[in-house]
Amino acid sequence: MDPAQSAVPPTIREALRTLSSSEDGGRILSALGSLKRYLSGAESPAPPGEQEEFARRHFSDVLRCLVDRLSPGWLELLPDGQLEDLWASFFLEGPADQAFLVLMESIEGAAGPSFRLTKTAQLLARFLRAGRMAAVMEGQCRQQAGPAFPPLQDALLCKAVGLPDHLGNRLRRENLEAFLPQNYFPLLGEEIVRVLQALVDSLRGGWDCSVSFLSQVLGKACVHGRQKEILGVLVPRLTALTRANCLWQRVCWRLVECVPDRAMEALLTGLVEAASGPEVLSRLLGNLVMKSKKAQFVMTRKILFLQYRYSTPMLQSLLGYLAMDSQRRPLLIQVLKELLETWGSSSAIRHASLPQQHYVSKAVLICLAHLGEAELRDSREDLLASLMAGVKSRLDSSLPAVRRLGMTVAEVASARIHPEGPPLRFQYEEDELSRELLALAAPPPAADSPSEASPAVAPVAAETPDRGSANHGVPQAQPEATGSDLDSDDELVPYDMSGDRELKSGKAPAYVRDCVEALTSSEDWERWEAALRALEGLINRSPAAAREVSVAGDVEGGVRVCPGGPRVAGMGRWWAAGASWAGGELRHADPCVQVSVELAKVLLHLEEKTSVVGFEGLRQRALVAVVVTDPAPVAEYLTSQFYALNFSLRQRMDILDVLTLAAQELSRPGRLPKAPHCGSPSPASQPSSTQAPAWRAVVEERIRSKTRRFTQGSARRGPDASPSEFNLAAGYFFFPLIRHFDRPLVTFDLLGEDQLVLGRLVHTLGVLMYLAVNTTVAVAMGKALLEFVWTLRFHGDAYVRRGLLSAVSSVLLSVPAERLLADLPDELLEARPWLADVAEQDPDEDCRVLAVKALLLLEKLKGTLLPLSSP
Amino acid sequence: MSGMAEKDASRWVYQQPWPARKMTAPPPTMAASPLPPPDPQFVLRGTQSAVHALHFFGGARGQERPLLLSGSLSGLVHIWSLQTRRAVATLDGHGGQCVTWLQTLPQGHQLLSQGRDLKLRLWDLAEGRNAVVDSVPLESLGFCRSSVLARGQERWMLAVPGRGSEEVQILEMPSKTSVCTLKPEADAKPGMPMCLELWQADSSPRPLLLAGYEDGSVALWDVSERKVCSRVACHTEPVMGFDFDSQKARGVSGSAEKALAVWSLDEQQALQVCGTHELTNPGIADVKIRPDRKILATAGWDHRVRVFHWRTMKPLAVLSFHSATVHCVAFATDGLLAAGSGDQRISIWSLYPICRDASTPLLGHAEGGEVGAHALA
Repeated sequence: MDPAQSAVPPTIREALRTLSSSEDGGRILSALGSLKRYLSGAESPAPPGEQEEFARRHFSDVLRCLVDRLSPGWLELLPDGQLEDLWASFFLEGPADQAFLVLMESIEGAAGPSFRLTKTAQLLARFLRAGRMAAVMEGQCRQQAGPAFPPLQDALLCKAVGLPDHLGNRLRRENLEAFLPQNYFPLLGEEIVRVLQALVDSLRGGWDCSVSFLSQVLGKACVHGRQKEILGVLVPRLTALTRANCLWQRVCWRLVECVPDRAMEALLTGLVEAASGPEVLSRLLGNLVMKSKKAQFVMTRKILFLQYRYSTPMLQSLLGYLAMDSQRRPLLIQVLKELLETWGSSSAIRHASLPQQHYVSKAVLICLAHLGEAELRDSREDLLASLMAGVKSRLDSSLPAVRRLGMTVAEVASARIHPEGPPLRFQYEEDELSRELLALAAPPPAADSPSEASPAVAPVAAETPDRGSANHGVPQAQPEATGSDLDSDDELVPYDMSGDRELKSGKAPAYVRDCVEALTSSEDWERWEAALRALEGLINRSPAAAREVSVAGDVEGGVRVCPGGPRVAGMGRWWAAGASWAGGELRHADPCVQVSVELAKVLLHLEEKTSVVGFEGLRQRALVAVVVTDPAPVAEYLTSQFYALNFSLRQRMDILDVLTLAAQELSRPGRLPKAPHCGSPSPASQPSSTQAPAWRAVVEERIRSKTRRFTQGSARRGPDASPSEFNLAAGYFFFPLIRHFDRPLVTFDLLGEDQLVLGRLVHTLGVLMYLAVNTTVAVAMGKALLEFVWTLRFHGDAYVRRGLLSAVSSVLLSVPAERLLADLPDELLEARPWLADVAEQDPDEDCRVLAVKALLLLEKLKGTLLPLSSP
Repeated sequence: MSGMAEKDASRWVYQQPWPARKMTAPPPTMAASPLPPPDPQFVLRGTQSAVHALHFFGGARGQERPLLLSGSLSGLVHIWSLQTRRAVATLDGHGGQCVTWLQTLPQGHQLLSQGRDLKLRLWDLAEGRNAVVDSVPLESLGFCRSSVLARGQERWMLAVPGRGSEEVQILEMPSKTSVCTLKPEADAKPGMPMCLELWQADSSPRPLLLAGYEDGSVALWDVSERKVCSRVACHTEPVMGFDFDSQKARGVSGSAEKALAVWSLDEQQALQVCGTHELTNPGIADVKIRPDRKILATAGWDHRVRVFHWRTMKPLAVLSFHSATVHCVAFATDGLLAAGSGDQRISIWSLYPICRDASTPLLGHAEGGEVGAHALA
């Protein structure tokens, strides 16, 4: 050893000097040749001891020197690119880790685009292509427990994982394909598999080695967010390799175990995503959750409770993984308990968003599908308690989606947890989500791939065969004809025949009076139904008759030439009094007014005594027609009944619906209140010409005679502008409703448990506000509504909050901008931070969207006001 | 003009009310949302009285849209152009009495119209003429519609309700010679004939007559032997209308009761009931099978037209447009459906378009008698 040790330095020193200073191609060549002897695989190699020494001490110096000398002129010292090949061979054939480090170093150290940078980048690409990364990593794995330099390993780790970033920073536009992350990380994955293969081989040969460097590389790549690229290559390969090989499995488990804690989450989520099923996950992970606290936390808490972005198959493989081993099953039960606890907690229901609730529900059902009866029996009490609490709070919710979720999960879960008990049955319409949940509840199939387990499409029922006897009389019936008959059956798709009902023989009443009589006193149900069906049409056809039915022929009939006229003045007075409006003072002496109220009363108290198809709709439409006919008194009656004692919630909500629909009808532009709708008016007759003053007719006639028209056909008229009828009645609709909401009755507590009605009320108020656009009372309404919203703004129910937010939007839309600024500045100022807060933090997505919309309207308002004030 | 007509015709023949849905139509077993109930393609107004008879005329050769003939309660026959959707002519020959039956003859532009004035008129419609060329006196005051068997020869056969209340009279036309009178046996007592259909099987030269009677039975007469081959009770109420598919040897009848009856004729010429189909409301005034034998339509007293699949009797559509009893339905050879009602309107529907390239021969209802069947034979 001694002579060798002394022999190396002078030779190398000599060669290095030549390399660094000489401009003579021949000398450089011979110096490189002498150095090359120390590389493995050379033609006349130096003794192994010297090689090792060279690799450890001097190789990087040589490489640095080579990089330094790199320039176009230097490479051309020898013809035919000999020098370049020789130069590159040092990097590609020498010890890989040092070559890699030096290459990276020189690339990072380059000041800007240069010949040297291009050359080294190309060399690095060749280096990657030649699979030298595997050599780099393998080298680190072999040096197990030896005097490995932690700084060196760290540097290698950083450079290996950060290569795309470094190269991208340095090369900018000139970056090579191989260095793009979407190309590099799959390559890295391939290299890891190769290294693992080599490690497995050497383990078989009895050599020890460690995978911790690979784990670090893998973990770091995942932390960098490259799970998809690297695991997309790695997982399928490992899935195949671990299928029937215990050694591979153990290597794989070790690989995952050695991943540092801070990378564990990134790796595990990536793995769960990439693995195609619980079996695969189990093969890859082993009992990792039992060994690593961090892994357990990620798998049983973080993915399930803190995040909800993962797909159902992922949940299935994760929970299936927990269920696959007897050691892990206690964890699964624990998870189920915690999941159900979360599912049942009323605060979680209130504060978690709907997608998250779906996610937890899915997880619960998957857990239940995996657990056996015996396991469930042990903790049945706890589970049932949490479940029932959750069902109760969900059924109380005013959001249909939440209610339906509660019903679906309750049905399925109770059947699993307590199979011998009476089955829970709810009435709900199946939708896509509930079907998905029901499918999850089925026990997992034994098949390897879950995708194959999709339920087979039910075979199309065979058509009923033709009666044999029918064809007897037709000896000539060709077989082709029958065939075409069979083929064509599919194309005869039936139309909707739901409208096909029995024709009622009873004569429909022809007068409103008869209808009222039939509805109140008739025991003849056919007549009762016919009256109900006819009522809307009758009222619409002759509004006057509906108003004056019982006073027909009476002198009072003549009084109401101008309905609503005297009330307008009165209303103005009330608005002056502001929101402290008290409507009880007004008593109409007019008997015909009371008739329409009478009609409304009859309709409101109408019970569905026989099963009439569409009863609700018929009653509602009739009521709307009554309100539209005589808005003020009927609306006043209905709103007073809304807060009356003896009504069901259903009736109260009906009142709200009727008021909304009637307001919509009244505010519809182009409504011709007096002209009956009987077909389209003929083009010749002009509806307004009779009322128009004579001079206008003369002028129009003159214009027409002097005008030449080039188009054919009669001139079209747009709809006549007319004042909104809702203007006169809006106050009657709105203020009585908003007055009493905070006064609980025995049977009706809006601020308490009847929050569903409160939600409907808020929505109705918002709609009324919106429909009151361009009316004189809009400002007063807006002020009252904003105050109302302000008191309820932190309501716990999402449905109510949605209503409040839409009400704010409708205030912003309906009240003129300058009036908003003049009359409601404080309210707007207060509303703004609240809206911003909701837009950011509300758990309900619709609430957030509505708040953003309201904020946008506020911004727009500001935009319209600022240009006005600036000039 | 003719080019325009062709273009126009092709437009409505291939017009499908549900083009996109048809391609992706789910199999009938799936509970997908059904197609919305169809609307009439257009409506003919202006008869000024209830429509009691409808008949499509022409258009079989595909070069021109057919004309529609309608007979009204006020005794007028209107000839409607389906292109302009206007009445092109009005025939007044029944003295203000209801026209109950219309039928054109295959050999030329001749129209038969039956009225409640006890007259059967033969009109010449060729070249825009509308003159009565012949008249047959009737002796029965019922609503029974007559029937014609014309196979393109000079002479043709006519079945009309006879003098006696249970009789059917067979005449040879145009000579108006009475061939025979079909009188049920004395103990049968089927009541008045309500509807008639003359036909001739392809395999035999003997004319046959199907007749629906007041007691709800349908009888098959062998005209030359003047005897009843077979009789079957289909309904408990009078048969109001029936139609017979001579290729499948199967017929369908409607009556005042709440059901349709499907019956068939076997090789021994025996009628048997295959089944009945329950309806929502009682009363069927008329039944017609489409010439391509795919679907059939019924005219209901409940103001609705019902469409069924003829082979399976599966209900396909309920056409509710009219506001009074539907008295008659008719199919054109191209598949257009017309329904005439007591509300004085005629609605025209285009459902389940006929495939033009279908090799199945047409029955030829609209084009008078068994012309199509004859051509096939």
